[in-house]
Amino acid sequence: MAAALLETAGLTKRFGSVAALFEVSLRLDAGETVGVIGPNGAGKTTLFDCILGVLQPDAGSVWFEGTRIDRLPVFRRSLLGIGRTFQRLELFSGMTPREHLLVTERARGAQGALWKDVLGMGLPTPDEKRQAADLLDLVGLTDVADAPVESLSLGRSRLVELARALVGPPKLLLLDEPSSGLDDAERATLVSVLGRLGRTRDVAVVVVEHDLDLVGALVERLVVLDVGRVIADGPVEAVLADTAVRRAYLGVGR
Amino acid sequence: MSLFLSYLLPGIPYGCAYALMAVGLVLTYRASGVFNLAFGAQAYVSAVVFSIALHDGWPGWAAFVVAVLLASPAIGLAMERLLFRYTRTAGPLVKLVPALGLLIAIPAVTQMVIGTATRLPSSLVLEPWKVYFHLASTPVSGEELSTTVITVAVVAAFALVLRSSGLGLRMRAVVESPRMAELSGVRSDRTSATAWVLSSLLAGLAGVLLAPLYSTVSASNFTALLVAAIAAAAIGSFTSLPITLIGAIGLGIAQQLLAGYLPSGTILSSGLRPAFPFVVLAVALVAGRTLRQPEAGDPLASCDPPAVAFRAPTRLTEVTVGSRAFTALVVGMLVATTLVLVPGNWEFVFTLGIVLSIVFLSITLLTGMGGQISLGQAAFVGAGAFTAGQLAMHSVPVLGAIVLAGVLAAALGAVVALPALRLGGIAVGLLTLSFALLATNVLFLYPWSGNGATGLTVPRPALGPISFAGNGAFFWLALVFLVVLAGVVKLVQWGTTGQELAALRGSERGSAAVGIDVRRLRVVAFTLSAAIAGIGGALYASLQQSISVNDFNYEFSLIYVVVVAAVGVYSVAGAIEAGILYAVLMQLTSTLPSRYSSLLALVFALAALTYVRHSEGVVAYAKAWVLDRAEQLTRHLQGPGLSLAGEAHIQDRTDRPAVASGDASAEHPGSPTEHPGSPDVHAVPRSHS
Repeated sequence: MAAALLETAGLTKRFGSVAALFEVSLRLDAGETVGVIGPNGAGKTTLFDCILGVLQPDAGSVWFEGTRIDRLPVFRRSLLGIGRTFQRLELFSGMTPREHLLVTERARGAQGALWKDVLGMGLPTPDEKRQAADLLDLVGLTDVADAPVESLSLGRSRLVELARALVGPPKLLLLDEPSSGLDDAERATLVSVLGRLGRTRDVAVVVVEHDLDLVGALVERLVVLDVGRVIADGPVEAVLADTAVRRAYLGVGR
Repeated sequence: MSLFLSYLLPGIPYGCAYALMAVGLVLTYRASGVFNLAFGAQAYVSAVVFSIALHDGWPGWAAFVVAVLLASPAIGLAMERLLFRYTRTAGPLVKLVPALGLLIAIPAVTQMVIGTATRLPSSLVLEPWKVYFHLASTPVSGEELSTTVITVAVVAAFALVLRSSGLGLRMRAVVESPRMAELSGVRSDRTSATAWVLSSLLAGLAGVLLAPLYSTVSASNFTALLVAAIAAAAIGSFTSLPITLIGAIGLGIAQQLLAGYLPSGTILSSGLRPAFPFVVLAVALVAGRTLRQPEAGDPLASCDPPAVAFRAPTRLTEVTVGSRAFTALVVGMLVATTLVLVPGNWEFVFTLGIVLSIVFLSITLLTGMGGQISLGQAAFVGAGAFTAGQLAMHSVPVLGAIVLAGVLAAALGAVVALPALRLGGIAVGLLTLSFALLATNVLFLYPWSGNGATGLTVPRPALGPISFAGNGAFFWLALVFLVVLAGVVKLVQWGTTGQELAALRGSERGSAAVGIDVRRLRVVAFTLSAAIAGIGGALYASLQQSISVNDFNYEFSLIYVVVVAAVGVYSVAGAIEAGILYAVLMQLTSTLPSRYSSLLALVFALAALTYVRHSEGVVAYAKAWVLDRAEQLTRHLQGPGLSLAGEAHIQDRTDRPAVASGDASAEHPGSPTEHPGSPDVHAVPRSHS
């Protein structure tokens, strides 16, 4: 069997006596789209943090394309092809959306040598500029491409993060509650961008989301976390029909 | 045994004063997230007021009430109300710069308004110099006794109040999230103000108790006291009051033991005592868990206006070209007049300004571009200066020595950056500050480096037949260095490294997530910044021709940051303006009577207080104001029908967006029509990989 794109084996993370993740083993193939749902505090964001290396798991391992990555620093994992958005925005304040994308392109190309900068070789290439413009167009931010990112609404800020995570493009995209704070139009943009990704199967997407309608429209597979454990994993319809899931998440069927 | 005790016992009062300050620091840090460096200044004010009141024949209790119960808390309350309550959700630099400004400004004002105080004649409660009893044949004086008893009682009372009353809990809630605390019925403002008043009281008490231990009541003694307190607070992880108390007393004792047991008359024994708290601080910061991670922000932060982030506005071409031409004209005229008309002394002053500009460039790069705080730049400047001096003594050509000084300072910068990698925000600043104090008190005193108070002589350079011995010729040399280094910083700013630094300043997590090697980037920034500072120092040495450790006192590091932040930390132009302005003002104020000697620092320190609102700096703000008017005028003259892009930029550059970014629908009522989400989406661009 070919190596999975992403695999976690027995991932456990404790905060004090609370297990935010307990022996979470997941497998994700290239181009797959997965929704992760669960009540607040179920460990969804912790899962992302452990995959990308923001947090160090207490036990278990993370594999990406057959390589073990749980000892690598965050930026190395990112350069392997993992893009991420944050539930609480982590934008580069003081920069414009366009600059966000350009600096990400430069970082992904690992071209940041000081001597090149001093010789004036550290500027974005026309190719990088064009790709940045294309991405801005894709997420509908062209009109504010050169405005400071602080002046954007929360929804549009999330789209900046989405565009930033799409630079490369990545092989795996981790989206942490991408739709919270979006208005209808921004949400439509989000759905169409992600829908496109799902159809082309270029990028595997893991999306943490509370909005089940949105999740249902975007993903083919659903993973349910509750108090750090995977309580269901399978096709969307099957999982939503599961009694345990309904009890844990939807608060019905007690 | 009695020898040991005779070293140990005198350490306890020092430790007690450290503890009072440290507890105050922990309180304000817990209650408002501000690392109040101005406590050193508050302690100084209380000490001065107390001693002057006693000198004027006030009874001890009245002096105590005015100095400790009124003066210091009043200052603390004013600082909280007028300044720091606006910085709760701001970044570390926004919290630090005003505190630094106050640390410098308050003693300066005190000196000008009240005057200087002599050593305190008397202490509290007990007769200070009377020996009350002997402990293992070591005499215990009233001073030592009263300081210890008061401290332990006060700290215990504070710990008790914080634990048993709701105040401690409320304070923690306010730091976590002032908004959330308010929603739960806590009056954030009042809680935070209470914490400031209480902790200021402690600072004042520390000042009054400690003042008799020093031979003079000088502000720099209290800055040293402050850093010892920071070290104690770091031992207590900036949370635990009992551990802080024990740590502080231990620190005081360890200092005295060191002084007693180290071979006397050596640099280590005389220098390590003042530098010791810094060593402890460095160890506590690097080994401890405290402050390592960037602090978690307020979950309701989006309810507040976002922290001020500055970016240069884009303007009409006419205005840009016009202002550039104007600047070029002014600079050209300045240079021309300097060289042709002005008397020799001013030639020197302008050259000094250029050299300082180079030093300030190092702060522009590190702090302005990268958001990294260094409070130890003076150490790198000094390292560069002394390297150049030592090399010149060993008959290395001076020009080569200046370049090598940059190389050595760069290496030093990298070494300091490595332990700083594990730290975030203000902790890096504290670590570099501890390095600077180690440098001034120990490293620079050895004959092979700075040669102590005697110092070194550094000749003016020569290049083949061209000699730069004259002030005029040296001016040109310094200018060449400035142009080259400013060019390098500009290129770095435009290039990948500069963009990555800007990203790092914005969000460290975000930077790592997009693939930026944050550790490497920080080392690069520190190294390059130290190299520039080192070259600046070497040029300074050659300009002055005679230098000593006093030229690179650690306190200059604080002043540098304040000056650059006040004038403009984000741009190369800001560094140059700051350098020239500082040198010129220094010359102008040099003729004032000694009482006003700190006027220069005061001017910049007060300007730095505006950093909370206008982080781009006073000069940059003034420039933007003038250019805004020019732009409006231009547009008016050109009539209607102009690009709307310009309008948008005018709107964008207001310092605080009028509407918080919390509610998208409220802010963009018309957005569905603005950017309809098209179902027919373009392909995700694939890179050529």
